[in-house]
Amino acid sequence: MGMDNVATENTINTAPSAPAKVVIRDLFKIFGSDPKMGLQQVRNGVNKTDLLDQHGQVLGLRDINVEMGEGQITVIMGLSGSGKSTLIRHLNRLIEPTAGEILVDGVDVMSYSATQLRELRQSQMSMVFQKFALLPHRTVLQNAGMAMRIRGDQEDAINAEAAKWLDRVGLQGVGNQYPHQLSGGMQQRVGIARALTSNAPIMLMDEAFSALDPLIRTDMQNLLLELQKDLHKTIVFITHDLDEALKIADHLVILKDGHIVQQGEPQDILLNPSDPYIEDFVGDINRARVLRARSVMEPLVGEPPADAQGQVDHDDTLESIIARSGGDISHGYVVTKDNVPVGTLNMTALLKALVPRISSDSGARNY
Amino acid sequence: MAAYDWFFDTVGLREWCNASKSEGTMSMADLLAKAKGGASETSWWEVPFPSLDTLNKSCDSVMRTRDFTASIEQAFLGVKDNLKVVLDPITQPLSWMLDGALALFVGTPWWLLIALILMLTYYASRNVLVTIFVAFSFFLLAFIDHYTYAVQTLSIIFVCTILSVLFGVPLGIAMSKSNTFQRFTIPILDMLQTLPSFVYLIPLIFLFSVTESKLYGIAIIMYAIVPVVRLTDLGIRLVDKDVIEAADAFGMTSRQKLFGVEIPLALPNIMAGVNQTIMMALAMVVIASLVSAPGLGTLVLRGIRNLELGVGLVSGFAIVLLAVVLDRVSKASLARINAAQSH
Repeated sequence: MGMDNVATENTINTAPSAPAKVVIRDLFKIFGSDPKMGLQQVRNGVNKTDLLDQHGQVLGLRDINVEMGEGQITVIMGLSGSGKSTLIRHLNRLIEPTAGEILVDGVDVMSYSATQLRELRQSQMSMVFQKFALLPHRTVLQNAGMAMRIRGDQEDAINAEAAKWLDRVGLQGVGNQYPHQLSGGMQQRVGIARALTSNAPIMLMDEAFSALDPLIRTDMQNLLLELQKDLHKTIVFITHDLDEALKIADHLVILKDGHIVQQGEPQDILLNPSDPYIEDFVGDINRARVLRARSVMEPLVGEPPADAQGQVDHDDTLESIIARSGGDISHGYVVTKDNVPVGTLNMTALLKALVPRISSDSGARNY
Repeated sequence: MAAYDWFFDTVGLREWCNASKSEGTMSMADLLAKAKGGASETSWWEVPFPSLDTLNKSCDSVMRTRDFTASIEQAFLGVKDNLKVVLDPITQPLSWMLDGALALFVGTPWWLLIALILMLTYYASRNVLVTIFVAFSFFLLAFIDHYTYAVQTLSIIFVCTILSVLFGVPLGIAMSKSNTFQRFTIPILDMLQTLPSFVYLIPLIFLFSVTESKLYGIAIIMYAIVPVVRLTDLGIRLVDKDVIEAADAFGMTSRQKLFGVEIPLALPNIMAGVNQTIMMALAMVVIASLVSAPGLGTLVLRGIRNLELGVGLVSGFAIVLLAVVLDRVSKASLARINAAQSH
């Protein structure tokens, strides 16, 4: 378990370009009979296994510091038991932290009274659940309008708003059905419509697509990205699926055994994994599909070279560039952003980026 | 000499024993022993269990079992009057309700009451077959002149079930919300359920006059309230934790959660409890005929008392028919609720 001692500080922390909407500071969570004692032990450097064996306390989260940019999708990724679901429940205090601060718009949520907390949940943060958690005795329309009904809005306004968002997520004409009459994918669309109807600027998504078939999951990811283009919500998304994380994340946080192993822009994590655990993790990824031209290009100095075979957009995936080159490694391209040249990319550099850094310890997967 | 003399002698309690020596009433065994002219030494094989009565023979200060039961009775009678001052006004509405319902049920013309019952049955169950069965049962009961008795029994069940639900559901909700309260309540519910039904009646007979209908009303409610309390508690505890979490995450108040989520989702269980409550009320109303509860039970009692076999058997059959009717109707409405919620 030597990995536990790897400092979390050496992460490439690309601070989100957007101002932080939600900030988690020095968050600890210990489950057990005596969390205060456990907290002391953890601060003294006792690791998760020893804490459980010697003190009977379970380490949930250790020293979590995350800034979630406004209008961005922050993905928290980790395997089961890594504490990701615990972490997301701290944001709206469904779980109380043992120590630490949770700032929303600069105000510490921990200082909120029960009423303020309810208000936060009603109009600041909405949530989408892995198992949908719709009310089985209410129609789809009533479920979608749940948040507004809790706030005590007018029934007409609720139904109009709920119907609008149901249409938006692609559920026309099912308003009068009950959740059990819908498929899993459709139920989760209702879950998303319910979160959107609350009109909260922050949306928490707890493994929202994990219970769905792969094809439906891809659909839902696309739906989310498409909605996000217009809505610019601050989304906190939990997943155990790295492909999903890389697809939708603006900011990726990788969690292991309750602490952050690395966080930053997904491309950066892929190109510069900070420890063998991450290297092992990203080794299985189809890098060509995830990496973008902007991550591997050379910044432009002076005039764009005249011998380039063409132009590619800075957000193009390497996969599409390979397809374009027809496999000719002698090609080179000018990378443009908004049709302005910003860099150059030659196929050799591109191919190099596709080779994952092999973990020094081939047993990393066993951690 | 009695068997345990040595004990009181060795511990030095002889003085205390003799202090209250009096010529009280003698038991038959004492008299026999006296007649024989002194007890012979008892062998170790025949040493009696040191019960109150045995010890009393060695030491007069130890009370006999019959004194013990008498003192319990005295203690009960001692608090009875004070208890009555409190309990009488509280329970008086029960008498009014039972008497009122009885008068209403019996006073309504048979064709109107049966029509109302059939409409209620259909409304609750939405099941034509069940409704036809209920109609058939009531016409049969009326045909063999058991209609009035059956209706009396029904009126008592009606009042007692409503009150059981009225008190039982909130009690069950409170139990589901507090583990401490649940820990205290479960032994009481266990006791109410296991206590032989006759035993309920004994303290009640002393507390209230047998001519008052609340006497049997209380006995029936105490017996019948248990299932609805238990199943309400269970039903609310079984509500899907994910749905509760969603309700919390969207900022529901506990009241919104209770009425908007927990009770509706626990309804199938609560209704199963109501079904059981109805059946137990019927069982108790028959026994309560011992303390002047009117209805089919009085006929059963007459059959036993006067050895009128036919009366006993026919009224027994009428009770079974009524039980089946109540069970089918409440189960059919339960099935309807389940169907509406299936997921």
